[in-house]
Amino acid sequence: MATQLERVGKKALDQLDYLGSCSIQLWVTLRSMATALPFVGNRHRWKASMGEMLQIGVDALPMVALMAVSTGFILAMQGASELRRFGAVHYVIDLVAVGFTREIGPLLTAIAVSGRSGSAFAAEIGTMKVTEEIDALRVMAFDPVEFVLTPKYLAALVAVPCLSIICGVCGIIAGGIFMFFSTHLGFLLYLRYVLISIDLRDIISGLIKSVAFATIIAQVGCLEGFRVRGGPDAVGRSTTAAVVKATFLVIIADAVFTAIFYFMRKP
Amino acid sequence: MAIISIRDLVVEYDGRRVLDGLNLDIEQGETMVLLGGSGSGKSTLLRHIIGLERPRSGAVIVKETDITRCSQSELNHVRRSIGVAFQSGALFNSLTLEDNVALNLREHTELAPSIIDLVVWMLLAAVGLSEFGKLHPRELSGGMKKRGAVARALALDPEILVFDEPSAGLDPIVAAELDELILLLKQVYPITVVVVTHELTSAFKIADRLAMLCDGAFVAVGTKDEIRNSENPHVKQFLDRIPGNVAKTTAITNFFERYLEAPEVNQ
Repeated sequence: MATQLERVGKKALDQLDYLGSCSIQLWVTLRSMATALPFVGNRHRWKASMGEMLQIGVDALPMVALMAVSTGFILAMQGASELRRFGAVHYVIDLVAVGFTREIGPLLTAIAVSGRSGSAFAAEIGTMKVTEEIDALRVMAFDPVEFVLTPKYLAALVAVPCLSIICGVCGIIAGGIFMFFSTHLGFLLYLRYVLISIDLRDIISGLIKSVAFATIIAQVGCLEGFRVRGGPDAVGRSTTAAVVKATFLVIIADAVFTAIFYFMRKP
Repeated sequence: MAIISIRDLVVEYDGRRVLDGLNLDIEQGETMVLLGGSGSGKSTLLRHIIGLERPRSGAVIVKETDITRCSQSELNHVRRSIGVAFQSGALFNSLTLEDNVALNLREHTELAPSIIDLVVWMLLAAVGLSEFGKLHPRELSGGMKKRGAVARALALDPEILVFDEPSAGLDPIVAAELDELILLLKQVYPITVVVVTHELTSAFKIADRLAMLCDGAFVAVGTKDEIRNSENPHVKQFLDRIPGNVAKTTAITNFFERYLEAPEVNQ
């Protein structure tokens, strides 16, 4: 019984330790954010940020666009098959437009970025730890968080919301193609209905979620890398942990944000 | 006057004492070799000398600053006067050799790019790598990586140069070349050199003084002749390469006898 309690207690303490480490790391990153900004910061960090933006954003664009188009078709077809029974096929437009702007765009992007970039962050930093590069940075009087993490975080903060918008647009276009072939609704008319169904609050709530998801992916990915102890096998484990934890936390955060926006929206 | 003073240094990991009340003075301009077998604590001592870890108690005073208790900015100030060549080289894999050497100069000085290029070329020429500046670390051999790490360590004109196992993993010729490089650097630069190694040939070639570590404590500190003539049993065992606690043959014989008598084997 005591051993069971000890195990539960140890698990709880480990989780608290992880949460504390993540919070401290976020605080240190925010404090060093100015160094990665253009014009006011260190030009080497800004250059590194630009490189990361290309990797996180531009390189992921084809994948995110294809995922968005596929999901757009799926959502439109599944929605239409149910709504047709009530003669409400036109509500597919609302379903796709609002769904992608508020929810699916940011979530799909976060899952794609978590799989691509979150794991890459963990692997890169973990390898740097194993090969003593992080120690080398420290003895060269560099702050590893400022040098390694901050450019990645800034890049994620810019790239993830941009990808979310593109993801939303691709999903909505897929819905329009479906509506054209299934109901012969003209594409321009479809776009007019889309603009009527979404408002600025939908877009802002989607962007807020994107920023939160970018924070989770970058911080969890990098923390997993910094916590690597041992050899190459530990890097492998940290990469897996980064994807699993970031995806899990993104979905939890999504539920929390959705609940907050739902109750804020209620009259 | 000692440039590095270690006072009553105690280091523990999970309650296990790794360094037990060490005291050592390293004089300005001398080459001190920290000698010891595997697990003797010499790498741990090195990590404390360069401020990568904080001890349980005691002090490490580098250039009159106790780096175990000073602020981060004071520690960074001290670190800029220490160059470290890690065991694996720890060159940044994402940068070319030139960029690795230039990193410190670009980030910590206001030198013009043309001057930085010139300094980098001179440093690479000094370690015999002037033709390999455009290569990435993955394209270099083990010995070249270590020499590249020396060039990077010299970039800020340090007062103290630290080597972690410089001969480890190198063939005898390359190891001898690296010893010659250390001796050459001592002639050219007014530096204090600290070397951690277990290679006797290398240690006696480059050292002014040696400190022999065994089970987390110094068993002998002195000049080459003093160490050679030491009556300490650990020093004699180490220098004469006398095997220690190797596999107990009687225990192995007993194990096999019990195994052969087991009913499963005889069935």
